[in-house]
Amino acid sequence: MTAALIFVLVAVGSVVFHLLSPWWWTPIASNWDYIDATITITFWITGVVFVAVVLFMAYCVFRFRAKVGGRAAYEPENKRLEVWLTVATALGVAAMLAPGLFVWSRYISVPADATEIEVVGQQWRWSYRLPGADGRLGAVETRLISPDNPLGLVPNDTAGQDDIIIEAEDLHLPIGRPVKVLLRSIDVLHDFYVPEFRAKMDMIPGSVTYFWFTPTRTGTFDVLCAELCGSGHAVMRGRVVVQTEAEYQAWLEGQRSFAQLAERR
Amino acid sequence: MSELAHGAGGPIPAAEVPEMELPHPHGWWTTYVFSQDAKVIGIQYSLTALAIGMVALVLSWLMRLQLGFPGIFSFIDPHAYYQFITMHGMIMVVYLLTALFLGGFGNYLIPLMVGARDMVFPFVNMLSYWIYLLAVLVLVASFFVPGGPTGAGWTLYPPQAILSGTPGRDWGIVLMLLSLCLFIVGFTMGGLNYVVTVLQARTRGMTLMRMPLTVWGIFTATVMALLAFPALFVGAVMMLLDRLLGTSFFMPTLVEMGQQLRYGGGSPILFQHLFWFFGHPEVYIVALPAFGIVSDLISTHARRNIFGYRMMVWAIVIIGALSFVVWAHHMYVSGMNPWFGFFFATTTLIIAIPTAIKVYNWLLTLWRGNIHLNVPMLFALGFIVTFVNGGLTGLFLGNVVVDVPLSDTMFVVAHFHMVMGVAPVMVIFGGIYHWYPKITGRMLDDTMGKVHFWVTFLGAYAIFFPMHYLGLLGVPRRYHEIGETSFVPASAQDLNAFISVVALVVGAAQMLFLFNLFWSLRYGKDSGPNPWRATTLEWQTPETPPGHGNWGRELPVVYRWAYDYAVPGAEQDFVPQNQPLPAPTHIAKGEATA
Repeated sequence: MTAALIFVLVAVGSVVFHLLSPWWWTPIASNWDYIDATITITFWITGVVFVAVVLFMAYCVFRFRAKVGGRAAYEPENKRLEVWLTVATALGVAAMLAPGLFVWSRYISVPADATEIEVVGQQWRWSYRLPGADGRLGAVETRLISPDNPLGLVPNDTAGQDDIIIEAEDLHLPIGRPVKVLLRSIDVLHDFYVPEFRAKMDMIPGSVTYFWFTPTRTGTFDVLCAELCGSGHAVMRGRVVVQTEAEYQAWLEGQRSFAQLAERR
Repeated sequence: MSELAHGAGGPIPAAEVPEMELPHPHGWWTTYVFSQDAKVIGIQYSLTALAIGMVALVLSWLMRLQLGFPGIFSFIDPHAYYQFITMHGMIMVVYLLTALFLGGFGNYLIPLMVGARDMVFPFVNMLSYWIYLLAVLVLVASFFVPGGPTGAGWTLYPPQAILSGTPGRDWGIVLMLLSLCLFIVGFTMGGLNYVVTVLQARTRGMTLMRMPLTVWGIFTATVMALLAFPALFVGAVMMLLDRLLGTSFFMPTLVEMGQQLRYGGGSPILFQHLFWFFGHPEVYIVALPAFGIVSDLISTHARRNIFGYRMMVWAIVIIGALSFVVWAHHMYVSGMNPWFGFFFATTTLIIAIPTAIKVYNWLLTLWRGNIHLNVPMLFALGFIVTFVNGGLTGLFLGNVVVDVPLSDTMFVVAHFHMVMGVAPVMVIFGGIYHWYPKITGRMLDDTMGKVHFWVTFLGAYAIFFPMHYLGLLGVPRRYHEIGETSFVPASAQDLNAFISVVALVVGAAQMLFLFNLFWSLRYGKDSGPNPWRATTLEWQTPETPPGHGNWGRELPVVYRWAYDYAVPGAEQDFVPQNQPLPAPTHIAKGEATA
């Protein structure tokens, strides 16, 4: 009796906690509200199943508790019931998987007009590279990295001369323009993680990974590292500033290109 | 069903095995220490696993102290914190859960449950334990070497695992990899034993489809482990070579703290594939024995046949097979080719179907049962709640795009602790309360058991259920403190402090359990041979605790499946597997001749 009641309280308490909890995801600042919608669908389906299972279990514990001289019913199998439950489960799973895969196909299909930018991770800071007037990022090689060339640009690649280099400063992005974020690491695994954008992806030394998104809200957002990268992992922070186009252009004026930086050295 | 429950007719003559060629012990050392008796080896495995598990428990306390009250405990710096999480994770997954389920329960129960005298290769079985012990000692040694144990996270991802930004880079990581290799060698010796014993040493009448689900779970998990652990083994050897000899299996060209290193051309993501090709089956290597054991606990204590036995067996086998094609769901945001996401999300969600069937069948076993809320049953019920909870959050993380915002957050930590931490541990406790009487001849104290259950179950739920919401907030995992952010409200710290306090209490409750283990050895109630009135063979041994060779002169003969509870017309509400049945009722009434 008591046990059944406690199990009921666990189920009900979980729902109450979910509804009253002040801890919920931070307001979105990108186009990925599809992801939030898929999470919400999943919460509903799984929540109903969880409550149903625990309440049914509690009911059995109460209703079929041992009685003196009591005896269980002997029923090894029930084909119809088993098939019916299997089909219902498969439908529930499909209801979650279908929207999930649909959104995933969008997640990995980068729009043709997306601007490519590069994020470079290293223990334990973030650097960025934006394409210059030519709209292209120049070639890079890890073995060319040196104090004079911290991101390892290939010096004689013309495409790289006008690339904007941003070291240990905030990244700025214009609102409403899709960006393809190319991710590169020069030492260990990192993960460029801005909770408000929902999107994230690991960075792997030796390869270039990517994700894309469109900023939909102006503001300043924290950048964290989401893949364990050594003892400074938790303090590998940065900021992204999403601005209007005009503000962004004003900021861009003040930035220096690879060629300009090389001249100064 | 009748072909499953009952054999092809009258009593079968018992197999008389005069004097087995068992390596009988001749003294204290060979009886209790260098024993070749699977039961002793099982106890050795279990005690060693529980001992190293205590280390993991203390580490979790230290982690929770830091997370709940950051900055108060000055001896926990980021270095130490990463060492704690790494050692806690690896100990719990490999050295405790795997060793306890397969080495502990497997050794003790397989020969008894299938009616064998012992494992088929007793000497190799003994070696298996001693190599496991050596692996544990090497692991523990890493706490005492310069630089301490590795802090690479239990996933040991290169390149950071062997670079100087990670604690324990000099000795810790080498000892960790070495210890894993030893563990796998030891496990392989034991694992071959479990598989061959199940396939070759079953007693007369014990067909595969009459085996208790405990044996099915452990057997399938062992087959999987024999296939999955080699991937970890080669990964560990290759990383050792990278670390010690300067090869570049997993190391691309890289610059560390401004220095060009001499590595080049390797692939960090290759290690992740090897690791998870082991790591995902590992989840089910832990889960399948738990599924099996919990089925038997529920059936016995609800006094009702397990519902849908054949479906349960096939679900175990299908889950085992599918678990080899889902590994990259741990890598959705690893930077692997994103097209993999479609395949692995689909396989991952499909595996939910046989798993859900198992849950339904446990519930339907309770339905119309005669439920005795003994301590093992309470733990089985606790398992259902926590496993369903953790399994359902797996549907978030398995569904590739939903995983993107949640991966590497506390949501993941909460999910896997619920589903493969709390849930299997519930089964381990349930199993220990259930079989302790067979092992010792005494019952564990009931009151202490109930206190232990309620504190552990409710406490663990209160720790890990709210933790999901930290992950929804966006709090990343593997942070010793979140520090200043714009998106985590101050109230999250209150939640963290609450979780830490509960964690300390739940940890303390485990001391009560340990005390009970020793106290009941001396003062526990006498259990008799079959205190739960169970059907399976281990409860039908001539002696309790069973002697070496298990069965005395004659091996038992099996006439029925393992779940003849509340059979209509039977005198008692259970019929042991080795009890010949009078002709089935419909034959007795003459219907069969019609």
